[in-house]
Amino acid sequence: METTAEPAVHMSGIVKDFPGVRALDGAGLRLDPGEVHALLGENGAGKSTLIKVLTGVHPPDGGRISIGGRPADIAGPLDAERNGIATVYQEVNLCPNLSVAENILLGREPRGRFGISPRRMNRRAAELATGLELDLDVTRALGDYPIAVQQLVSILRAIDLDARVLVLDEPTSSLDRDEVRILFDLVERLRSRGVAILFVTHFLDQVYELCQRMTVLRNGRLVGEFATAELDQRALIGHMLGEQAGELDRVEERAHREAPPPGTEPLLRARGLGRSGGIAPYDLDIAPGRIVGLAGLLGSGRTEAARLLFGADRPDTGGVHVDGRPVPLRTPRAAIAAGLAYCSEDRKAEGLVADLSIADNLLLAMQAARGWMRPLPAKTRSELVERYIRALRIRPAAPDTPAGSLSGGNQQKVLLGRWLIMQPRLLILDEPTRGIDVGAKAEVQRLVAAQAQEGTAVLFISSELEEVLRLSHRVVVLRDRRVVNALDNEGDLDMDRVLAEIAEGGAQ
Amino acid sequence: MSAQMRRLMWPLLVLAGLLAANLAVTPGFFEISVKDGRLYGSLVDILHFGTPLLLISLGMTLVIALRGIDLSVGAVVAVSAALACEMIAAADHPGSPATVAAAVATALGASALLGLWNGFLVAVLRIQPIVATLILMIAGRGVAQLITGGQITTVRSEPYRRIAAGDVAAVPVTLVVAAATVLLMWLLVRRTALGLLIEAIGGNAEAGRLAGIRATGMTVAAYTFCGVCAGLAGVVISANTGSADGNNAGLWIELDAILAVVIGGTLLSGGRFSIAGTVLGAVIVQSLSTTVYTMGVPPESALVFKAVVVFLVCLLQSPRFRAQVAAPFGRGRPPRPAPTGPGLAPSEEDAVRPTATGADEPGRQEVPR
Repeated sequence: METTAEPAVHMSGIVKDFPGVRALDGAGLRLDPGEVHALLGENGAGKSTLIKVLTGVHPPDGGRISIGGRPADIAGPLDAERNGIATVYQEVNLCPNLSVAENILLGREPRGRFGISPRRMNRRAAELATGLELDLDVTRALGDYPIAVQQLVSILRAIDLDARVLVLDEPTSSLDRDEVRILFDLVERLRSRGVAILFVTHFLDQVYELCQRMTVLRNGRLVGEFATAELDQRALIGHMLGEQAGELDRVEERAHREAPPPGTEPLLRARGLGRSGGIAPYDLDIAPGRIVGLAGLLGSGRTEAARLLFGADRPDTGGVHVDGRPVPLRTPRAAIAAGLAYCSEDRKAEGLVADLSIADNLLLAMQAARGWMRPLPAKTRSELVERYIRALRIRPAAPDTPAGSLSGGNQQKVLLGRWLIMQPRLLILDEPTRGIDVGAKAEVQRLVAAQAQEGTAVLFISSELEEVLRLSHRVVVLRDRRVVNALDNEGDLDMDRVLAEIAEGGAQ
Repeated sequence: MSAQMRRLMWPLLVLAGLLAANLAVTPGFFEISVKDGRLYGSLVDILHFGTPLLLISLGMTLVIALRGIDLSVGAVVAVSAALACEMIAAADHPGSPATVAAAVATALGASALLGLWNGFLVAVLRIQPIVATLILMIAGRGVAQLITGGQITTVRSEPYRRIAAGDVAAVPVTLVVAAATVLLMWLLVRRTALGLLIEAIGGNAEAGRLAGIRATGMTVAAYTFCGVCAGLAGVVISANTGSADGNNAGLWIELDAILAVVIGGTLLSGGRFSIAGTVLGAVIVQSLSTTVYTMGVPPESALVFKAVVVFLVCLLQSPRFRAQVAAPFGRGRPPRPAPTGPGLAPSEEDAVRPTATGADEPGRQEVPR
């Protein structure tokens, strides 16, 4: 590691508040010139927020940033560019209809006597491309090239800005193996020129291949900074998921352990359920009153597995039986009719209807199941809404409040309430505690445990391993979009054991 | 209820302003009298001539609430008018009520089919609504001209004339038709759960699907309803003039209808809709046309005059504009535009700016897919 005296970027004690939640609470980062540095953490750990603070998208609410040793106050994305910070986002945001050269030099087109000079523009772009040993026809439309090349073009654009710091936010998530190779070669060449590269990803193998050092965040806090050579994957995952006992209130101690023994006839039986590009075929049994947890890293296929059960995505293979009867998994509607419920991980995009009221959102699934011709009587409506607002402690408690104006935790409770009203037999919860404050988290956990005690089967997905272990009777471990193992949890399942499965399970 | 009143406040103010302006110029503007057993007066005229627009706007409201749009309503008006008039003109007894009933039923049936076609394109084939309905917008005019043989078909049929010029207990039939349609629609969407489900799908289609709502059938039904409304408007328009003009019947009325819906507070981005708002919006747009005449705006300036008023209405409805105007009088400054707001940043920033979606919500940062 060729370290110069001053780090390229130094951020410390960064605090960032969003309405209802503190996204960053003492996060930090030190990035040296000429290194590839990984920024790691699970969903909601604050990686993206930290990057957006660095690139001027979000002004921080606290903390210090210095760039090249000088304190910096980054006022916006343009200001970040002026400070030599360039960013390449996961989704390519260039214009596919413009030529490669136009994309690279957009907004900085070389000008001749008659305005923009296409000749000089193409020459400049070609120079940049050949400088990095890329074989590109810069006059062709960007859209003609595959996504990987488009990623490279957005990097070229960053280089033309003479960036000293390059932020790559999940650049490889849509690339295949060969394309990743090309990207890595380019990153390596840039690194050798002294550019500091911040690499955000959830592919740990790539981290170990490319990066010299890494910074781990969890719950908006800095966990630590490690040299890749000195921390193995297993320990890294431990840092990302949090091995120490949580700060949360203990959910009423292990009451749920009195749930029916494993021998009970399963409520749900999935066999060979899979979808190409989503999750390899897997088997799953869930008995009434049992909580099955899905553990694995982000991108391991947790959500994909759950969506197949609910018919949110159509499976290519396999099928599901509920109570021994096959359920056609064509639409969520069929799954709902069979007594299934699914709380999406993405409350905003797939859960709530923001401009409808709390009451309307709570009753949406029930009303959809009844059909439009049978509206809920006003009395039943207000009774149900009142009961669930009280039971879930939704704040504000006014049923007419638009759901979009609630805090994250209360939005989650409304979504949960929508499905609890249905009195489902299997409740699928995808990251129900993500992005909500600690108090709401404990409440949601308590609700899940209580629901299981009443005989509901629960499939519980969370990035927080500690939470999965605390609640689940059985933990299904996923890795690389495959179910690799299922471990019974009698309250004695060891976090180390699960971490080992997540890191190495199913490796051939 | 209070929230709804607040949303209706701006359109109500605009309407009050328009009417007040008319009253200032024409002192007898608010007078209503009964002549020959029929209500007369400028206000009655506004409602009478505004009925076709109102009918179309009602149908358009549901379509827009579902995040769609129907550009073909004007063409459907022409087809419906052409069909009804041709049937009556070709009948042995143009004056018999049975002929007229059959003609109206045929026109409405055909309009329903056209709406069904739009719904099929949008909901089943998933063609963008603006493109899907553009097809019929163009083709419908052609069909109408084929039906009338390129001529303006005139009819002399007393029962048909009465659809527009008749009255029920002194109230013009058009007003009765308009009121009945509003009532029917209100019963259909607000006394059932239809309105809620439409608002849910329009507001967040994926959330609606995951909650188990069947969006396809509902979307097809909404476009069909919109088609029937346009067909009914076509009947009223042709009954009023006693003729069907394939070229000009209902020309550009789709734009007035969209305007009426938007003035009524239903967003083009779908979701919540307001029937009362749409009624108000349609009355405002029609009042505007009437105002042009009563104020004696020269015909060559009429369109510009209309445009200026519409522009002012839109300004009034923009929360940002209101905040800017109110700012010097309030305590705070106008809210600073968010740094990631779409379209606010200089253009050269675009390529390095993150997508605006989800940028502000920490829980939604790192979702793959």
